[in-house]
Amino acid sequence: MSASSNGPTATEYIQHHLTHAGAHSGFHLDTFWVALILGFVFLAIFGYAARKATSGVPGKLQNFVELIVEMVDSQIKDAFHAKSKVIGPLSLTIFVWIFLMNSMDFLPVDLLPLIAQHIGGALGYDPHHVYLRVVPTADANQTFAMSLTVVLFIIGFSIKAKGLGGWIKELFTAPFHADGFMKIILAPVNFAFQLIELAAKPISLALRLFGNMYAGELIFILIALLPFWIQWVLGAPWAIFHILVVTLQAFVFMMLTIVYLSLAVEDH
Amino acid sequence: MNINLSLLGQMITFGILIWFTMKFVWPPLTQMMEERAKRIADGLAAADRAKQDLANAEKASADKLREAKQQAAEIIASAEKRAAQLVEEAKVAAKSEGERLLAGAQSEVDQQVHQAKEALRQQVAELALAGAEKILRSEIDANKHSQLLASIKAEL
Repeated sequence: MSASSNGPTATEYIQHHLTHAGAHSGFHLDTFWVALILGFVFLAIFGYAARKATSGVPGKLQNFVELIVEMVDSQIKDAFHAKSKVIGPLSLTIFVWIFLMNSMDFLPVDLLPLIAQHIGGALGYDPHHVYLRVVPTADANQTFAMSLTVVLFIIGFSIKAKGLGGWIKELFTAPFHADGFMKIILAPVNFAFQLIELAAKPISLALRLFGNMYAGELIFILIALLPFWIQWVLGAPWAIFHILVVTLQAFVFMMLTIVYLSLAVEDH
Repeated sequence: MNINLSLLGQMITFGILIWFTMKFVWPPLTQMMEERAKRIADGLAAADRAKQDLANAEKASADKLREAKQQAAEIIASAEKRAAQLVEEAKVAAKSEGERLLAGAQSEVDQQVHQAKEALRQQVAELALAGAEKILRSEIDANKHSQLLASIKAEL
């Protein structure tokens, strides 16, 4: 949609695209529903494949699902050496869900918002105030929700591996080890370091994914401001490059989760 | 960046997804893949075993074949030996039989020669006697000279 004389200005167009549905109510309906639907798509495909799974000759869908599961499983086996029933499903969910949510970037930037505006208009709302952002991972709420959940798992894994007492003791005795009097002096320093470490993990996880996807979305919006006959010159290369970004970000989030969890169960 | 209640909503969604994956997706898939890996390993082991069995069977059959050949050769050799022996025996028997027949014939011939000689001698004696009788009929008495005639007969 190029800015025309009676349409929105470029600034208005961008602002419109960067406003969440239900933003004023304090709950991002678009993020919630798109993420939920994509989550169900993931569960439906993988659940169906798991139900139909056979150890004989696999079908095409099973082959594809196995490929992903095997990739995730081999990453876990490489990095995570303890036994856990949670890490596999957690990593698989992270990878596929983030991949699907990132992939929403490939839809034309105006497609779903335009449909939403028409539906909203038909329902009696002012179309100019119907907002929709279709990439849930370009919403910091989504990425922080995932990274904070991962932190909860990190703490849970630590407590399970070392016991509650062991985990608390480690908060005050690592990374700097000492004996006697120095131990007491170093305790607050260690605690501060541990808190920073614990806070840095979710922030870095969440902001990395959010930043990448937000920037990607913004560039697609900017490309959409160009005249329609030139858009492909920038749009096609960016979309092709984005295939890499989408997959890579999903993989990085999964891989770092595995690494953090393996650090959590190791003794310092 | 606008953090609000959505954060909690997304955490709940995430939790549900993880729970469902943990319950219904991950275990059957990984279990099935392990099963298949095991089946493939078993299949490969079975193939190896079958190969070994085949090699053993081939070796056993080759051994049997060689043994059979050897036995056949032995049988042929002994048969040839026996045949040669039989021929030899037959030759010896034939020779001795021939000699025996020859000896019988010889003795018969000898006997007949002897008989003929005897008969000839008899006839010559009779002829001589007859001749002498004719000669002497006139002048010699047979009774008188029988002694002399008998000595002549013995000398013939």
